[in-house]
Parts: sequence; C-alpha cells; structure tokens
Amino acid sequence: MAKTYDKAIATEIISSYGAKPELLVQILHAFVDRYSYISETAVRQIADELNLSRADVHGVVSFYHDFRTRPPGRHVVRICQAESCQAMGSRELTAHAERSLGVELNNTTADGEITLEPVYCLGNCACSPAMMVDRRVYGRVDNEKFDRLVKMRGH
Amino acid sequence: MAGRVKIFVPRETAALSMGADEVVAEMLAQGRLHGRDIELVRNGSWGMSWLEPLAEVIVNGERVAYGPVAADDVASLFQADFLSGGQHPLKMGATSAIPYLEKQDRWTFRRCGLIDPLSIEEYRGNGGFAGLEKAFELGAAGVLQELKASGLRGRGGAGFPTGIKWQTVADAAGEQKYIACNADEGDSGTFSDRMLMEGDPLTLIEGMLIAGFAVGANRGYVYLRSEYPLARTVFLKALAVARESGWLGKNIQGSGFDFDIDLHLGAGSYVCGEETAMLESLEGKAGLIRYKPPLPAIAGLFGKPTVVNNVVTLASVPEILVRGSEAYAALGTGRSKGTLAFQLAGNIRRGGLVEIAFGLTLRELIEDWGGGTFSGRDIRAVQIGGPLGAYFPQHLLDTPLDYEAFAALDGLIGHGGVVVFDDSVNMAAQARFAMEFCALESCGKCTPCRIGSVRGVEVIDRIVANENRDANLELLQELCDTMVDGSLCAMGGLTPFPVRSAVKYFPKDFEGSSAVQASAGVNK
Repeated sequence: MAKTYDKAIATEIISSYGAKPELLVQILHAFVDRYSYISETAVRQIADELNLSRADVHGVVSFYHDFRTRPPGRHVVRICQAESCQAMGSRELTAHAERSLGVELNNTTADGEITLEPVYCLGNCACSPAMMVDRRVYGRVDNEKFDRLVKMRGH
Repeated sequence: MAGRVKIFVPRETAALSMGADEVVAEMLAQGRLHGRDIELVRNGSWGMSWLEPLAEVIVNGERVAYGPVAADDVASLFQADFLSGGQHPLKMGATSAIPYLEKQDRWTFRRCGLIDPLSIEEYRGNGGFAGLEKAFELGAAGVLQELKASGLRGRGGAGFPTGIKWQTVADAAGEQKYIACNADEGDSGTFSDRMLMEGDPLTLIEGMLIAGFAVGANRGYVYLRSEYPLARTVFLKALAVARESGWLGKNIQGSGFDFDIDLHLGAGSYVCGEETAMLESLEGKAGLIRYKPPLPAIAGLFGKPTVVNNVVTLASVPEILVRGSEAYAALGTGRSKGTLAFQLAGNIRRGGLVEIAFGLTLRELIEDWGGGTFSGRDIRAVQIGGPLGAYFPQHLLDTPLDYEAFAALDGLIGHGGVVVFDDSVNMAAQARFAMEFCALESCGKCTPCRIGSVRGVEVIDRIVANENRDANLELLQELCDTMVDGSLCAMGGLTPFPVRSAVKYFPKDFEGSSAVQASAGVNK
C-alpha cells in the first residue's frame, strides 16, 4: 500500500543507495515501491540529493514505462499485448477488459480501484495469454478467468 | 504411518501462473487429512510448461510426474495414492522418460527442475561449481582457449562468438573490468533467462565467476527486467546463499580470486535489451543506445572493458568446461555449435523450453515437441527470434535451426523464441504491430527508427485502406530499406524484417476486407 510522501524517509531511501547518481534507476524503483509513483516533489528532492538537474531526473523518469508520474488505482492489472499473447487472443481479452471495467488501457476506473495497463511480455509465453495483477502473473487468461480474478479484488 | 515423503512442485512463474501455490496448499491440507508427513520441495521448472503445475513424487528412487495438476485434482491424487506412484489420469510416468524431456540434450538446463534452486548442497551434488573448479585448473588463458574451441555464440540474439568477445576484454588495457549480464529478456515468446534464474540461479553465478576469472574482472552486474519479480527474488537469495558459502566475495574457496555481483532492475524499456542501452541504464541513465565503436569490450560500463553476455550464454559456460569444448562443438551444425534452449510459445499445444542441438528443423520442433497448435487449427505463421524476427509461412518450416540458414532467409534465430500463430491470424495486423512496437519502444536517438516506425504504421494503414495501394507498398519497401540501412541498432534495423516477411508471404492479408480489419488490430 502506497504511503504518504515524507521528506525524511525519502532522504533515507536515497542514502540507502549511497546517493549515487548511477543508481538513479534503482532509486526511482524504490520510490515507486513505496509511493506507487514519482511525484514532482520526489523529482525535486532526488535531483537535489544526487546533485543532478531536475531535467536529468525528469529525462530518466519519462524514458521508462515503470516510472508513473500519477498515482495508479489500488490494483494494477497489466495485460500482455505482445506477439505470443496476440496469437492466443490477447486483443480480444483486452477488448473484454476495457468493456467490463469501463476504461481503456492506461486508465483507472472511476472508483480508483483498478488501473488497466498494457505490458509487453511477462515471459509466460508458453501459457499465453498472460496477465499480471499487482505482482502476480496469471496464464491462459480467458474472459471468464479475467472476470473472476478482477472480481476477487472487489470490482 | 508411512515415513516422510517428498513432493516437488515448482516455484516458477509459469507454474505459479497456472495455480502451483494453490496446489501446494491443497496438498499440505490433504496430507494432514490423510496423516501423511509431507516435505514440499519448491524446485525450478523442467520447462514442460504445458504440464504445469507438474507435481513429482519419488517412487523407488525415481521421480514420477503428475500434471497438469489443479487444486481440485489433489483429493483424487491422494485417493489414488499418488505418493506411492498410484495410477491416475494425470500420471505422466517417470519424469526423465517423458519424451518431451527425454529427447532433449540438456547442458545449460541440466539441473533446472531437478534441484532446489537455492540449495548449495544439491547444486554441488549435481555437478555445480565443477566448471569453476575446472577454470581454476585451466587458468585464464586455458578457459579462453576452451571457449573459443567450443564455438559458443551469444545466445541473446546476435550470435557473436563468446570466446572472441572474452579474449578482447582480457586483452584490453585497464585494471577495472566488468561482467554485465543481460537479463532484459524482452522478446515475446522467450523465457529461458527467467526459467534459469528461477530454477538454477547458481549456474548463472558460476558462469559469471568463470567470465570474471577469465578476463580479469572482479565485479559483475545482472540487469534484470522488472517484469520478472520472481526471478529477482530467487536470484537475490541465490546471491546471498553463494556469499554465505564462500562462492562469492573475497578469496573464493581459497583461490585468491575475488568476485561479487549486483542485481539491477530495468524499468519496462524494451530497447534496454540492446547492449549499449543496457549499459546506459546500468549507469542510472535513460536507455539511449551508444554509437559503436567503441565496442563495450573495449569501453563498456563506466567506460571500462566489459563482457556483455546474455544469461543463457554465461550459464552455458560451466557445463562446457566440465564436459569439454570438443563434446560441445560436436553438437550442432555448420557454425551453429552446441545446444540452444528453444522456447515454444504462442498458439502451441505443448509450450515450454526445449534444449537441443542446432540442426533440427523448425517443423520438427513445432510438431514433435510442440504438438501443433493449441487451437487445433492449421499453423499459418511462425515468428522466430522475437518481435524483430521474420514471420515464416508453412513452406519455410523445414528450415534447419541454424543461425546462417535463418539469416539466408532474412530470418533470425535470436534468443530462440518460437511463436506459433494459427490460421486465424491477420498478418497485416502483425506487420502493423511490429512498426507500432518500434515506435513505442524506440529510444529516439536515430531518425530512421524514431520517425520511420511512426510512418510505417501510417503507410500500412493506408495500404489496408486501399489508398494508393501500389505506391504505398513501394513506399513501405523504401521505408524498410531506410530503417535497415540507417538505424543505429537492431531495434530500427530489424523491425522491417517481420514487416517485409508479412508482406512477402501473406500478401492477401493486405488486400480487401481482411485488410480493413487489420487497421483496427482485429483478427479474422
């Protein structure tokens, strides 16, 4: 569960990586793990403490898909869009997910419960189509299995 | 009451994705109910993903397999006394005799599935660290000699001779050198890096140790994609286990050799699988690719001479040293020596990992191991080598699995991923996706890739909408030429290959009503 931003704790996270600029990608991961996204405040503080410009940090944040700049829903559902899953109907599964959640990919349901995202390969290609709910991967996901797994999360 | 029995159920992503944890919970519950004392071993996967979750028990000293087991099957397995090898519809017989496994030639993956991935004792007991000991015995020059003689080529996709790369780093001037392991396995249809890191991570550590010893590096990095959280957990534990037992750190096993490894996470960027983009990312920056030269072997991580190798490449080294380069080079065909861990994916009945010598045909792999499509319909196209690999039609399925034979057909063996599509696939949609993916994942450094891919999507849309067809088809070919000739790395340079193969072998999909659906990304 994401925590409220705390400057002292943010400093602790940064120092646990020795405040080394070459560990910026790892530091940003640690921020996402704790706060679920990278806020403007975080960019400022990280830049200050690593002695980088805000543009440097912003450049890295915006390059990588993992570094969200807005908080996601309580759960993140990622459906694989890559070839192996396409061969097993991921396009249809995605359309079903969008219909049943009432949101398109890269959006969060109105109640803030679920963020639906694309992902390009989870390495579960022998059991396509694959989906990840928070940190857990599911294989051979059909519409019925999708509904069941997403309902388990109170939606 | 019977004695303690061992049950093996993998802790591996594919097995977990099909419910392995639920199966384990149910087995423990049923065990209590039947008053059986059960020890559950969470092994890696044998790679028979179609049988996951695969449960094994030991009967008369032999592992006997049941699969695919669902939590609902567990009660009936106990009723059938599967702990003693009882008959049951899910019984597959002795694991080692399952043809899918028995017909393989396992070198790199020989312990994967067999052992508890985090047990140094089991690793040692099954030949682990014998490769490193051999390396110490041969000396650095001897290791390089063996590796060159083995003919091992980079398994990440580029197929560069590993021994020559290592020799270059060994010969490069400088005190500080690095081993950078590429575990950014982003190609759809591939999972061998993940399977090894989850199922036998100590082999990767051993391979990196040998690389460090051979080239004179004392520091290694593993760059792992963030989409693999379990591989991360297992590998971090493996590093800890290796350090505790003196196989990592200072003066390893009294040899005087120091080496340690850090794990770094990628952050969802496909292009970071390109070696120079990976090095940038390892340095904490955006994954923009670098110009070459200089080669990473001369000026790589932090500007120092660096061995950049894929997981499977590094993990192949220990067994090559143990069994000898001659035995390895005797396998395979032409300049494709040894074995490759192919991965069967997509619309395939028996998906999984198959480590075999090069030279078999693609059809044999797909039919004999894969058992045809999952849907039961006809195979229409097969994409080999990930999103940058060509789509092969039926008539090319008899191509032998060999780097050069594939290159001659504008194809790619790459990282060994084989993605099968049945006859419902719309190849114009697949061609469009190749360009779309390139546009999404381009690092943006060079124009042919950054802009060419966007234009590619637009041109394909116009072709399928029947706008100026002939002129636009010609334009697409020219655009592909520009991307191939003008891109800085394989991202823009190889994206045209799946596109061109789709146009060449499946021209009908770019015409008429079937084509219209492609622009919406819908299959027939």
